[in-house]
Amino acid sequence: MDSHQKVRTILQDHGRLARDVESLDDDADLYRAGMTSHASVNVMLALEDEFGVEFPDEMLQRSSFQSIAVIASAVAKLTAKAA
Amino acid sequence: MSATAYDAEEFFRGLVEAGLIIPARAPGIFGRNHVFEDVLERFNKLVTDIAKDDGAEFFVYPPTIDRKLFERTGHMANFPDLAGTVFSFKGRELDARELSEAIHNGENWERYQSMTDVVLNPAACYPVYPSFAGSVPPEGRLVTMLNWVFRNEPSPEPTRMQSFRVREFVRCGTPAQVLDWRDMWLERGLQLLESLDLPVHSEVASDAFFGKGGKMLAASQRQQKLKFEITAPVISEEAPTALCSFNFHQQHFGEAFGIRTGDGNVANTACLGFGLERVVMALFQAHGFDPENWPAEVYGRLWP
Repeated sequence: MDSHQKVRTILQDHGRLARDVESLDDDADLYRAGMTSHASVNVMLALEDEFGVEFPDEMLQRSSFQSIAVIASAVAKLTAKAA
Repeated sequence: MSATAYDAEEFFRGLVEAGLIIPARAPGIFGRNHVFEDVLERFNKLVTDIAKDDGAEFFVYPPTIDRKLFERTGHMANFPDLAGTVFSFKGRELDARELSEAIHNGENWERYQSMTDVVLNPAACYPVYPSFAGSVPPEGRLVTMLNWVFRNEPSPEPTRMQSFRVREFVRCGTPAQVLDWRDMWLERGLQLLESLDLPVHSEVASDAFFGKGGKMLAASQRQQKLKFEITAPVISEEAPTALCSFNFHQQHFGEAFGIRTGDGNVANTACLGFGLERVVMALFQAHGFDPENWPAEVYGRLWP
């Protein structure tokens, strides 16, 4: 499963989105799609588990979880650092 | 000239030596003497006086709240580490004897206790929300309260108490009603504390949300400017103490407690609270431990 698909699965399970995640573009605003602040915390913790990475403090903000594309590129950066 | 250095230990010792607070073993739990209470009551009265034409209803709630009500506030998603739950004994008489024996023998007695239907109230505004349920009048609702709150954060630092009083105001209505009111009070709160010659500032702030996710929630709260604090140096100049805190909850409590405005929308709420003990401590730090030696204009404001 590519990382975009994994991100989508995590959003499906933890994002509490008002819409089906498959109906969203990679660039769609997840907060507009119904993701609450608390749901974005669950998404962050699930991403850490799934990809074995740790989000550093400076990335712990709303904008880091804005869209599937933003999340996937953050995860790519963190996995590269962890490798 | 401050009463002591801006140092937690030294200031605590100063308060104790002046007889203003009486340690009672647990950190953050102590007695207050009549001078401390006199200042506290007089400050509280000033707050009442400046808000007297606002038409707020005044309520006092006990320091415990219904557990189901507490669960609905969402508190445990944010501050599981700060909450305190009330446990009690529900066993048979024989168990009661064992419980007493265990305590007498210095053993752990947790197993004889189970959760009750109440928790210690952690936020002064919580108990009032169920009374707003339904449709609020066109002018919204405004309530003021004086409530004891509990936070599980034992600390030797005198301004970080486990149990303290908050003079609270809660506004409920449309977003414009709530935000106009909050902004009016930000100005008014600053003026009130400045009139007591306290070196106060207002700033955007965030709550002490639990865990790593809490850092995200705090960043989001700051970014959306949902929380403000009025601070003054008490135990540190670099990290001044919050004396008054303002929270805009948007529709959080409106949704949780089924509160609507006349137009049928979910109501917005905001609250503000003066940490009464903290204001008193800020006064002692700024002007000395004996109110009779305070600057005449400060003394005259509290003892008119």
